[in-house]
Amino acid sequence: MKSGANGAESRELIRWEHFPHGADIGIRGIGQSPGEAFENAALALTAAITDPGQVDAQTGISVECNAPDLELLLVDWLNTLIYEMATRHMLFCKFNVVLRGTQELTAQALGEIIDISRHRPAVEIKGATYTGLHVGQRDDGMWIAQCVVDV
Amino acid sequence: MELSLFQRDAECTWRIKPEGDMRVPGLIFASEALIRDMDHKVYEQVVNVATLPGIVTASFAMPDAHWGYGFPIGGVAAFDAKQGGVISAGGVGFDISCGVRTLTTGLTREQVNIQKKALADVLFATIPAGLGSTGFLRLSDSQMEAMLQGGAQWAVAQGYGEQEDLHRIEEQGCTSGAQPSQVSAQAKKRQRDEMGTLGSGNHYLEVQEIVEIYDPSAASVFGLREGAILVSIHCGSRGLGHQIGTEFLKRMAVSAAEHGIRLPDRELACAPLDSDLGRAYLGAMRAGINCALANRQVLTHLARLAFARVLPQARLEVLYDVSHNTCKEEIHAIDGEARSLYVHRKGATRAFGPGHPELPDVFQATGQPVLIGGSMGTASYVLAGMPLNEKRAFASACHGAGRAMSRHQATRRWKGRQVVDELRERGILIRSQSDRGVAEEAPGAYKDVSAVVEAAQDAGLARKVARLAPVVCIKG
Repeated sequence: MKSGANGAESRELIRWEHFPHGADIGIRGIGQSPGEAFENAALALTAAITDPGQVDAQTGISVECNAPDLELLLVDWLNTLIYEMATRHMLFCKFNVVLRGTQELTAQALGEIIDISRHRPAVEIKGATYTGLHVGQRDDGMWIAQCVVDV
Repeated sequence: MELSLFQRDAECTWRIKPEGDMRVPGLIFASEALIRDMDHKVYEQVVNVATLPGIVTASFAMPDAHWGYGFPIGGVAAFDAKQGGVISAGGVGFDISCGVRTLTTGLTREQVNIQKKALADVLFATIPAGLGSTGFLRLSDSQMEAMLQGGAQWAVAQGYGEQEDLHRIEEQGCTSGAQPSQVSAQAKKRQRDEMGTLGSGNHYLEVQEIVEIYDPSAASVFGLREGAILVSIHCGSRGLGHQIGTEFLKRMAVSAAEHGIRLPDRELACAPLDSDLGRAYLGAMRAGINCALANRQVLTHLARLAFARVLPQARLEVLYDVSHNTCKEEIHAIDGEARSLYVHRKGATRAFGPGHPELPDVFQATGQPVLIGGSMGTASYVLAGMPLNEKRAFASACHGAGRAMSRHQATRRWKGRQVVDELRERGILIRSQSDRGVAEEAPGAYKDVSAVVEAAQDAGLARKVARLAPVVCIKG
């Protein structure tokens, strides 16, 4: 399973990982709060395309999402990023998510215009799906936010 | 899957008896080996689809079925609007009207072999492929509307193709009833510079050689002979289709309860055909189908330009163009009564048999060409719709091999460069912007397409006409 850790900050805490799905890719963000799990799910989304470490945080965009519950809000958040990536030709590497309750989200995403020769993108993501969709707290208290993305 | 879950109706037909909330039985067409290997999720998803309102006859799965979104990939289901039937965004999929178009070239393997490397390089430079690539067209708002209304007919009118191309496309290249007004501004914006692009994932443009003919009579009608070179294009409605799917999936999931629909899985999100939301999706999805048909037409134009540079004697003519992610209104006889049904095919190809009134004259005796995509190193097939297959799965067949392992497993097993080198040793040239993308799509990551095709034939869905081997593959 492919994963990413913030090794510099000790304890090698896994922040995101990919989980297998027949034809596509499962993405999972892990964090101390639902917002942090959402941020790391977005990092897992970028990692499905390229190495997030190769993406520079040059430009920021702001987004807002609304949905009836936290799980649909995760899908909306990821689909908003997929839309912004497609229409701005950008990749994102840093995220700041603010959740207001379980139905509203505002966020900043930082990244840069895609450079095909440097980023060597593996796939284009068509959309985030409701398959494998889950937002919740693990036994160790950490939050996870996950779903399968269609590629 | 456990064989004990099924009643075996025939060698390649497996029945799930209706239980619980199922309104109709489930029917999976597959050999015993394929069904043993199939993910149990296929069973669950076939059962879930059978619970949807207004479903007619059965919930079907094709021999290449695998775990999908709500519907299995390889799922077929028809709904009757007059009986509360539904339309499902998940039952069509994110890549609306993804499909395969195959072109004959008039070239032989010997002619192409001499220029193979130049052809691969020029095709790769001409066909926009992979994430971040853009097309040469920028459509104004009014051009976008015209494209969404006109499909491939619009593209030909713009000079991207020939009138004859249109006779070899389902619905003559244009699906009626499209409503561009139901397509959001975001979806149109996402398409703005994606016309005439392949996309990525399992999409490709492949130069292929015909290596075996099974049905000489149909092959002759289709213009196929051993050693001849074809071009196949696998792609869909690009960002526009993906955005329509995303938006309507959410709207349908949120409003299902309002419509009195209990969803066993949120991904099965649907709306009654006879509802504002159902009609809105139908209009938007048909516009998405036209976008895909226009896109494959523009790519055909680009392929012709590339061939003209390298092999000017080539004459690229459309054999046929099939879509495998759609919902289409069709007339089918149910217990002797002709009924108008909305047939969802998610990763399944329409496969009209001989004599079907919607087929062009040239295919009346053979049935329609059914184009089955392989992966980079494996075979593709041309099949033909079989007589009486309307009674089996509303005249549907498989669409490809289906994945045998996840992308992640594939990248652990293979490196992209190694896949490219091994295929080159076998005479197959791969061009792609991403090594990882190639590894994820390694031929070994797919099921045996030949076994899938044999099962489709044994089940009476479509019969083999020709087998194709890859020569050059431009990977999306």
